[in-house]
Amino acid sequence: MIRVFVEGVGIIGPGLPSWNESREILAGRQAYAGGELPRLLAGRLPAAERRRSTAVTRLAIDTAEQALPPGINADGVATVFSSSGGEVEIIHRIFEELATPERLISPTQFHNSVHNAASGYWSIATGSRKASTSLSCFDDSFAMGLLETAGQTSAEGTRALLVAYDFPPLQPILRARPLLAPFAASLLLAPAPSELKLAELVIDFAGADSEDAARMQDAGLEALRLGNPAARSLPLLAALARSECAELSFGRLRVKLTPCA
Amino acid sequence: MQPLVLSAFTLTSSLGRGLSATLAALREQRSGLRYCDFPGAELDTYIGRVEGIENEPINGRLSDYDCRNNRLARIGLEQDGFTDAVESARRRYGPERIAVILGTSTSGILETESAYRRRDPETGALPPDFRYRQTQNTFSVGDFTRRYLDLHGPASVVSTACSSSSKVFASAARLIQTGLCDAAVVGGVDSLCFTTLYGFTALELVSSTPCRPADAERNGISIGEAAGFALLEKPDRGDGDIALLGYGESADAYHMSSPHPDGLGAAEAMAKAMNRAGMEREAIDYINLHGTATKANDTAEDKAVFSIFGKGVPCSSIKGWTGHTLGSAGIVNVVVSCLSLRESFVPRSLNTGRVDPEIASWIATEELRRPVRTVLSNAFGFGGNNASLVLGKQL
Repeated sequence: MIRVFVEGVGIIGPGLPSWNESREILAGRQAYAGGELPRLLAGRLPAAERRRSTAVTRLAIDTAEQALPPGINADGVATVFSSSGGEVEIIHRIFEELATPERLISPTQFHNSVHNAASGYWSIATGSRKASTSLSCFDDSFAMGLLETAGQTSAEGTRALLVAYDFPPLQPILRARPLLAPFAASLLLAPAPSELKLAELVIDFAGADSEDAARMQDAGLEALRLGNPAARSLPLLAALARSECAELSFGRLRVKLTPCA
Repeated sequence: MQPLVLSAFTLTSSLGRGLSATLAALREQRSGLRYCDFPGAELDTYIGRVEGIENEPINGRLSDYDCRNNRLARIGLEQDGFTDAVESARRRYGPERIAVILGTSTSGILETESAYRRRDPETGALPPDFRYRQTQNTFSVGDFTRRYLDLHGPASVVSTACSSSSKVFASAARLIQTGLCDAAVVGGVDSLCFTTLYGFTALELVSSTPCRPADAERNGISIGEAAGFALLEKPDRGDGDIALLGYGESADAYHMSSPHPDGLGAAEAMAKAMNRAGMEREAIDYINLHGTATKANDTAEDKAVFSIFGKGVPCSSIKGWTGHTLGSAGIVNVVVSCLSLRESFVPRSLNTGRVDPEIASWIATEELRRPVRTVLSNAFGFGGNNASLVLGKQL
């Protein structure tokens, strides 16, 4: 059993531009109408890196930023970036190049293609030399990212930031991996309660898969939840938005959420 | 931290399949590198290729997972009685109490590279036999391995480029410490593909000779492939003469594909690992370098090592033997470190003729026969991602 405290939350998805602007929708007090993704600014990146960064990386960085409360310095926070597909757009372009006789990959393309590109850009943006890892766990990427982040928070007594993010791949891979829309969520976890605490999470790993995965009431949000591995986080974000107790299952991972307010 | 026993470990690389073949190559001074003969790749370089993968498809219930990377994983799992050791742990703890945490950088993308050459000329569609989840997806090798071993604990893949399969030891140690599992299968699998062969060529980081770590004339890496695994258990439950004593992780916060020139991130990872192991620098008998043989990497790592150890500890890179195996570089170094501890020797830095006069640390250009009780094992990756491990003999 792992016990940690949520101190910050972030979300970016279609029609969900930020945590503050999405709370009413997530709490079920305002209808979800879908919509566009907000502009991804990654304002914290130095200009040269911002130009070179991909939309996937900027999605992760902007979402990470939201979960850091004022007064919490990014260079004191370990990070876990979890994504099923990672840099899908760059990877597609490299595959296209490799299918030509010349096989000319650009150096920037290649270093942007690594699964830990978002993690690398975040550490450059924030100057943080804290431990940073990058995971891929297919549709369990949010749950396993949460386990890694909570484990690190608890075992090392440090704050750690989870960023779960995925972009739909481009065609032709999209047909084999049909994701609905880009989505990212972030959670800042702390090992002990502080004045920043929003909720307590008690996390366990069960012996058997749960039949009743956490679901969303709203049909649009439920479609999003199923349509992007990072959006598997939505029921947890909804419980945070409602400030309500919740017992949630993500495969074998069990999460008991108790609001601190 | 509480030490964790490596109750089983194994390695398959261009040096051969399993520990005996690996040790024999190290003792006989035999490199696994050969001039690039990877089918379809026309590059003036040397590679560390594992022989026979092409002829050993995955059949049966897991045949959907058939791809070069998972074939290499399967070959690796079948060496040194590793699957038997996991089965024994499975009986003792239960399948849901054992985690699977593996590192890879490119997973099974060789399959997708091939599929992109066989797209439908009219629709652009990939061929119908393309299986994204079981081959290309980064989690594929973790998914395959947990199914192959029938383990139901937490399963994840770490993909932090060339530090991936060292980071898995840190993740596993934390998970066992929290009590959510009792043991973990960790390791890394990375296989040759065009993306890395041509990508590193684009970065002008590939040598046209077998790579020469720390050499004054070094001019880049040789790319290799490998699969390595270890079973980690608490010392009161598992049997083994070698333990993980500490881990340290850091980020450079400097550049996506160049290390911090003074090796600040690397030094921090090493210092954290020793701190967690409760060890002073005098306790380290051998440093197994990341040592990729690029100008920048070896210089930065040297500065980091020298800043902590001075000239006091023999160091060598294994890349001249196996090539740079990227996502499996960490586990290659761990297993070679285990052999060094068990067999009481420091492997030489192969292909290092004249040590770069700018490199100040003690580079072992000849094999040293001497007791080795504690090893520091480094792995550093793109994005400035660093991981160091301390491994030692259990007394």
